[in-house]
Amino acid sequence: MEELLEILEELHPDVDFMSNERLIDDHILDSFDIITLIAEVSDEFDILIPAEEIIPENFNSAKSLYRLIEKLSDED
Amino acid sequence: MIFTSYEFIFFLVIVFALYYMAPKKFQWVLLLVASYTFYAYAGVKFLVYILVTTVSTYIFSSRIGKIHEEQDMYLKQNKGELSRQERKEYKEVMKSKRFRLLVICLFINFGILGVIKYTNFVIANVNSLFANLGFTRGLTFVNFAVPLGISFYTFQTMGYVIDIYRGKYKYEKNLFKLALFTSFFPQLIQGPISRFDDLKETMFSEHSFDSSNISFGVHRIIWGYFKKLVIADRLLSGVTTIVGDPATYQGVYVLLGMFFYAIQLYADFTGGIDITIGIGQIFGIRLKENFIRPFFSKSVTEYWRRWHISLGSWFRDYMFYPISVSGPMLKLSKSSRRLLGDGIGKRLPVYISSIIVWFTTGIWHGAAWNFIVWGLLNCLVILVSQELEPLYVRFHNRFDVRANFTFRLFQVVRTFWIMSFIRILDCYRDVGTTFRMYGTIFTKFNFMELFRGGLLEVGLSISDYIVLIPSVLLMLVVSLIGRRTSLRELLAERSQAVRYAAFAAIIFGIIIFGAYGIGYDSSKFIYSQF
Repeated sequence: MEELLEILEELHPDVDFMSNERLIDDHILDSFDIITLIAEVSDEFDILIPAEEIIPENFNSAKSLYRLIEKLSDED
Repeated sequence: MIFTSYEFIFFLVIVFALYYMAPKKFQWVLLLVASYTFYAYAGVKFLVYILVTTVSTYIFSSRIGKIHEEQDMYLKQNKGELSRQERKEYKEVMKSKRFRLLVICLFINFGILGVIKYTNFVIANVNSLFANLGFTRGLTFVNFAVPLGISFYTFQTMGYVIDIYRGKYKYEKNLFKLALFTSFFPQLIQGPISRFDDLKETMFSEHSFDSSNISFGVHRIIWGYFKKLVIADRLLSGVTTIVGDPATYQGVYVLLGMFFYAIQLYADFTGGIDITIGIGQIFGIRLKENFIRPFFSKSVTEYWRRWHISLGSWFRDYMFYPISVSGPMLKLSKSSRRLLGDGIGKRLPVYISSIIVWFTTGIWHGAAWNFIVWGLLNCLVILVSQELEPLYVRFHNRFDVRANFTFRLFQVVRTFWIMSFIRILDCYRDVGTTFRMYGTIFTKFNFMELFRGGLLEVGLSISDYIVLIPSVLLMLVVSLIGRRTSLRELLAERSQAVRYAAFAAIIFGIIIFGAYGIGYDSSKFIYSQF
C-alpha cells in the first residue's frame, strides 16, 4: 500500500489519498492521470491492468485500487 | 420522419396509445415494431444494414458469451484439480478464442460503416494525390445512400459486444430484444449512444400508466421542441448567411457566426436529446443524460465531460483506455521514460492515444478534412493545457483566484470561445476557408459595423432578435436553475394553474414563434447527418 500511496502522491501531492473515496466521481483523477497511474502501477507491482478494470469503483480510492492490484496479482 | 414533422407526432401518439393498451409483456415488442416502422419510413432498403448489424452482433455476442460460460463452468468443475499455471493457460486460450470472434465482429460492423461513410472520402483523396502526380484520370465515386443513424447504432452495438467480451454482463439471449436495443426509434437519429446495462432494466420491463412520469416526459419533449423550433431553426438563417458568403462576412461577422452557431447547435442537439429522453420517459424507459450544461465548463477537458457525454465516454472506455494500457503502449511508456526522462516520457504514450482517439472522433462526425482538423484541434488544446499545468499550478499558488467569481467567469467565457473557434470548422466545411476567416478576425477591424446595421444584414430581422433574445435568456435561466435543482421539480411543487400556464406559454411560443413550425421538413437536426 505504501508504494501505491507514493505513486499517487507524486501525481497529486495536494490530495489526501488515505481518506478520499471520490477520486473519479470528483474528477480528481482524470483519464490522463489514470493512464500514468496504470503505467507506474504495472511497473511497480509487475501486473497488467486490463481496460475493463478501469471503472470508477476500482479507482475511486487508494484502497479500492490496492484491492484491484491484489486481485490481479493473485490471478497471475 | 424527423421529430419535428406532423407524421412523427401522429406516429408517436399512436405508439403511445397502443403501448399502454397492449398487454404489458408485449410492450417492448410493440416498441420494436414501432422502431422498425420508423426505420422503414426512411427507406425500406436501409433495413438491410441495420438487420445485418443486429444479427452479426447477436451471433458474435452469443458466441463470446457462451465461451465465458464454458470457461466458468470448466474452472468450477475442476477447481481443485488444476494448478495455478494450468488455470492461467486455460484462461489465456479461452480469451484468445473470444478475442478472435470480437475482431471479426468489429471488422464486419465497422467495415459496413467504413465502406458506406468513407469510401468516397478515400477516393477523393486518392484522386487528388493522382492529380498532383500528373495523372488525368481518377477513380469513380460510388453512390452509397447512408442509412439513418448508422454511426450511432454501430457504436452502440459495438460497445455492447466489447462489454460481453470483457464479461461486464451476460449476453442477451433474445435476438428481438437486442434488435430493439439497436433500433429504439427515439435515439436512432442522434443518440445518445446507450449502454445495454443502462437500458435493459427499463426497456424490457412492464410499465403501468404513470401519469406523473408521463407528464414529466411530455414537458421535456415540449421544452425540446421549443429549443429546436424557436431558437435553433431561427438562428439557422443567421449562421448560413454568414458562413455561406465568406467573401462578404469577415472579421467581427466571423465571431458573430461562431456565437450564433454555438447557440444554434446547443439548442438543436440538446433540444433533440430532450425530445428523445422525454419520449423514453413517456414509455417508462430511462435514457442517460447526454449533456450537463456544457457551456458552463471552465476548461476544454471539462467541456468534453459535459457535451455529448455518451460519445465521449464511448471513445474513452472502448478506445482511449484500451489503447493506452495495451502491451505495446506500456512498453513504449517504459522506453520513452528511459530515453526522454520521466516528464515527457511518461506523457508520450497518453498523447499518442489521445491523437488517435481525437482523429477518430473527428472522422466519426464526417468523412471530411474539416472534421479531422476539428478533432485534432480539440486534442491540441487539451494537450497544450496539460503541458501548461505546472504553470497554472504556480499561478494559482501565487494568486489564489480559483474561488473568485470573476476568474471563474473568465474561464467559462474563454472555454466558450475556444470551442466556438474550433466548432466553426463544421460550418465552413473547408479547412482553408476556416483558417482564412480566423485570419480576418485579427486583420479586419469592423466591430462597429455590427451596430451600424450589420446585425440586420446577417439574415435575421428585428423580429427574429425580439424572439431570440428572450428565448435564449430563458434557456440560460433554465440552465442556471438546473445547477441547483430541477426546474420540473420546482414547477411540480407549484399549483396546477401555474404549471399549465408555464407549459401553455411554451406551446404557444412554439406555435407562434417557431421559425418554420412543425411540419417544415427542411430544418432537420444537425446531428442526424453524423
